[in-house]
Amino acid sequence: MNGWQIHDGVAVALAAENVDTDQLIPARFMSTPRSQGYGQFLLHDMRQDDPDHVLNHATATVLVARRNFGSGSSREAAVYALRDFGIRAVFAPSFGDIFSGNAVNNGLLPARLSDEKIEALLSDLAGGPADVRIDLVAGTARIAGRDARFELDPVSLEKLKNGWDDIDLTAQHSGAIDAFFDARKSRHGWIMPAG
Amino acid sequence: MTTPRTLFEKLWSAHAVVRRDDGNTLLWVDRHLVHEGSHHAFAKLKTRGQKVARPGLTFAVVDHYAPTRAGVVDPDVARMIKTLGDNARAHDVTLFDLKDPEQGIVHVIGPELGLTLPGLQVNCGDSHTSTHGAFGALAFGVGATEVAHILATQTVWQAQPRTMRITVGGALGAGVTAKDLALHWIAKLGADGARGHAIEYAGAVIRGLSMQGRMTLCNLSIEGGARLGLIAPDEVTFDYLEGRRFAPKGADLARAVDDWAALKSDADAEFEREEYIDAADIAPTVTWGTSPEEALPISATIPDPAASAPGKSAAIRASLDYMGLTPGTPINSIPIDQVFIGSCTNGRIEDLRMAAKVLAGRRARVPGLISPGSAKVKRQAEAEGLALIFTEAGLEWANSGCSMCVGMNGDEVLAGKRCASSTNRNFKGRQGRGARTHLMSPAMVAAAAVTGHLTDVRPLLEGRL
Ligand code: SF4
Repeated sequence: MNGWQIHDGVAVALAAENVDTDQLIPARFMSTPRSQGYGQFLLHDMRQDDPDHVLNHATATVLVARRNFGSGSSREAAVYALRDFGIRAVFAPSFGDIFSGNAVNNGLLPARLSDEKIEALLSDLAGGPADVRIDLVAGTARIAGRDARFELDPVSLEKLKNGWDDIDLTAQHSGAIDAFFDARKSRHGWIMPAG
Repeated sequence: MTTPRTLFEKLWSAHAVVRRDDGNTLLWVDRHLVHEGSHHAFAKLKTRGQKVARPGLTFAVVDHYAPTRAGVVDPDVARMIKTLGDNARAHDVTLFDLKDPEQGIVHVIGPELGLTLPGLQVNCGDSHTSTHGAFGALAFGVGATEVAHILATQTVWQAQPRTMRITVGGALGAGVTAKDLALHWIAKLGADGARGHAIEYAGAVIRGLSMQGRMTLCNLSIEGGARLGLIAPDEVTFDYLEGRRFAPKGADLARAVDDWAALKSDADAEFEREEYIDAADIAPTVTWGTSPEEALPISATIPDPAASAPGKSAAIRASLDYMGLTPGTPINSIPIDQVFIGSCTNGRIEDLRMAAKVLAGRRARVPGLISPGSAKVKRQAEAEGLALIFTEAGLEWANSGCSMCVGMNGDEVLAGKRCASSTNRNFKGRQGRGARTHLMSPAMVAAAAVTGHLTDVRPLLEGRL
């Protein structure tokens, strides 16, 4: 995964709350190998039921949505669908916890803004897509001419910025991990599966 | 004197291998459970040329795509099941495949096999991993990148969630279950009400719940946005675990119980958030919309979007539109097309017993499917005569798996059909494209089957409890 700091793109409104991961990618597509591209599945049923859906017409790179975006299933495929579609960031008042972690692990920014800010942006974007510039490190965005300062925890910021892969980072701790396991086993013999 | 700590804090520090300055902690994983959805993670391991670090602590099970009915298996479904088997064999991981007498839904068989124990950390690439917290285990769901990380290192990086306690006092009325309690608190606090928090459930009502009720409650923690749910282990927990296949035995068990008895929040431990619920306020509860927070007592009427704030009213309108419902309709008058009983939330033996109490000697007015949570639950239900009650009521008795909870195996609710379901998600399209799901307890599902509409189960249980 590549890190990033500045994003210039196009924002669109997704004026719904509780956009869960079952909507982001319906379960029936999840047996597909990633190599086939998951962008086609993004919000599949919502887009198909509504031919005028903004994502059927605009080349969006940023979504603005209401509270509890990405709630529900832990399926990382929801993030694959967003990323393969070309989405780099989602702005919302709140996100499902597992979704946020999955997003950051795939270079997608889950940026939190207040309810009021989101409502203002949703009305700015009601007429159609608008330009957006995100400065990840500064924690700011300019969407449809409106400035916003978003919230992101420092760990997620570092990971997005550097494009870190955790497995490589963890390798340096392998000695500590082995020692931890040995100590745990000798202190609590019952932790190993019996039989 | 040491600072009083919550159960969650004790479990967290017991698993912390490395604490980084930025607040991220590397946690040791005692049990890693994988299902068919792990194909992305195994593929990543393969690209990196790595093997599973601790195959002895990794357990694989076929559940999400498990066919539950006879017939031709879709090639995609067969391929998903085969891929899991191939990955398990390639990495020497214990596999519970379709033919295994211990197969079942991952969150049902983990506890059933004694893989889940108090004090352990249990992870799985599945959000309902919160279920295992019912044993006082640190259990949470993770995504595919983290599954790959656990496979490769047996550890996972996590930011520490905040602590929260939900105390449930009073007593649950007859016919009111852990499912109703869960839907009640989620409706009260919201589907993101516990976001970023680790919930500990406490109070007299929780102590009085069986392990199965506790699992249902912890299972649904994720639907209220929590990172995980927890219940301090007690005699009920220890009794449940005795004799389970992978649980400690003899002297080991005695030592384990000594350790487990210390797994509780200290008397003056402080929680960052506290909520109180009076169980006397809880009626049999059903969802009417497309988020678990859109739940009401069975005696209520469908809400009116016009009576809410603009953002909220748009959400209610969208839910009612999808669900095909009109404001002001009494919930207990809503006709249904079919029923489903099963899932990791409510597919255990007690759930089936409750449903059977309602269905015994009665006929269902609508078709329905019952898929037990595991092959063992299936055998037990057959031995107890429950399966016969279901089939005599006209319902279909299937094999175990995730089945109609998620529809991956082909057990789907058709577009526009309304299903009373014992599952956990009423999301748009969850049970099938265009499917309309009402969540409720297994007893309430059985009552809906008998009357053909959403209905209060309590009169139907009179003289039967
Ligand atoms: S039963 Fe449903 S919620 Fe539970 S693991 Fe299976 S698909 Fe997920």
